[in-house]
Amino acid sequence: MNAIEIKSLTKRYAGVTAVDRLSLDIPEGEFFALLGVNGAGKSTLIRMLSGLTPATEGEALLLGRSITREAAAAKALIGVSPQETAVAPNLTARENLELMAGVYGLPDGAARADEIIAAFRLDEIEKKAARTLSGGWQRRLSIAMALVSGPKLLFLDEPTLGLDIIARRELWAHIRRLKGRITIILTTHYLEEAVALSDRIGIMSRGRLAAVGAAEELIERSGAASFEDAFIALAGEGAVES
Amino acid sequence: MKMRAFALRTVKEISRDKLTVLFGLGFPLIVLALLSIIQANIPVPLFEINRLAPGVAVFGLSFVALFSGLLIARDRCTSFLMRLLASPMTAADYIAGYMLPMLPIAVLQSVVCLLAATVWGFRLSLNTLACLAALLPAAALFTGIGTMCGSVFTDRQVGSLCGALLTNLSAWLSGVWFDISLLGGAFEKVARILPFANAVEAARAASAGNWSALPLPLANVCLWAAATVATAVLLFRRSMRRN
Repeated sequence: MNAIEIKSLTKRYAGVTAVDRLSLDIPEGEFFALLGVNGAGKSTLIRMLSGLTPATEGEALLLGRSITREAAAAKALIGVSPQETAVAPNLTARENLELMAGVYGLPDGAARADEIIAAFRLDEIEKKAARTLSGGWQRRLSIAMALVSGPKLLFLDEPTLGLDIIARRELWAHIRRLKGRITIILTTHYLEEAVALSDRIGIMSRGRLAAVGAAEELIERSGAASFEDAFIALAGEGAVES
Repeated sequence: MKMRAFALRTVKEISRDKLTVLFGLGFPLIVLALLSIIQANIPVPLFEINRLAPGVAVFGLSFVALFSGLLIARDRCTSFLMRLLASPMTAADYIAGYMLPMLPIAVLQSVVCLLAATVWGFRLSLNTLACLAALLPAAALFTGIGTMCGSVFTDRQVGSLCGALLTNLSAWLSGVWFDISLLGGAFEKVARILPFANAVEAARAASAGNWSALPLPLANVCLWAAATVATAVLLFRRSMRRN
């Protein structure tokens, strides 16, 4: 079964088409990375899929639930880890996790928090206020918060942006453990991150999907020597085929 | 369940912010102390403690607006609200989760203010409970103002511009520091239409057991509170769509 079915999804703002008739299927359990230069439409697409922005046209189904007609049911299936670290600063790490369990209406918030604390090895910071944590810990907590409700789909928006290489690799290790267990959609500017973590990569350009495939396929298709060259060839001017 | 979890978070965020606690509880007490010291040396009927304390309690509520506005604006300016908006919470859950916890916080603040006033001779009685009840519409009013500001402005704007405006509005137009009838004219007319002076008069009337003086100012505050909360809800929903 497909976790995500996107059918001609379009978003227009005043005179600007941010996402243009985009269609895409993502199977359950896949780790899908979405790449593109700034303004390519990645964030708008994620915002539509996570119910934050209504689509102008088209449709998307999350595990069979329509994001337009069954928004609440679709939202209950997803977890979102936004680009910036999104934590409640004066709450402890544990309280942040319990808060997310609460806003998803889960009665066993403390038990869920226990599970996530163990899985993400947050025990040493669970009683610390989130504002006192380092950037790396805050990002780890931020992703953990997106998982506490037990989502079937996880949207990771630039999860390692601004982190040093050690913290980034640590976070990669945590993200890798999720592979295959839930469907993950990652947006990132770090090409090596997409290559290292994802099963397939979609490259967006001017609101449309310029190419979709495994990293090796995209390199082969573009005739480039490296993934970076392939990305530039596929995401650059005039890359989109109609 | 969802709203309760979110409301609990609102209480924790505010009560654990040291600056908030310091300003919210401490500043009105400093004002109370200063004016009481002035009163001890140069007696002025306006600063008599049984008139002053309910007025300062209303002034203190302007900080409730500031807390509420700052929290919402911070959530909007970081990605925290985006995370929450992607959850199955409804608009009603958000609004109630932000606004309802402000009422007990406001009551606590007023209780602390009135209890502290006993040091300078404020008389506690059953009327004090009536005074606290009369302060509730003002608490709703200031919570609504805070929600409006938080839905429209950034956290910096709320902290600086709105904070200064609010505290000054409630200070100058409330009649706590001076008798607004002394200025008369347009200033007095505007002050009598706006809810700040009415909130002070209602709190003073309830505290003094002067029941005949209570209904009109209280009705004014209730109307303003209802209008402000309704506007705040609309603005917050608009900011939800934009976020």
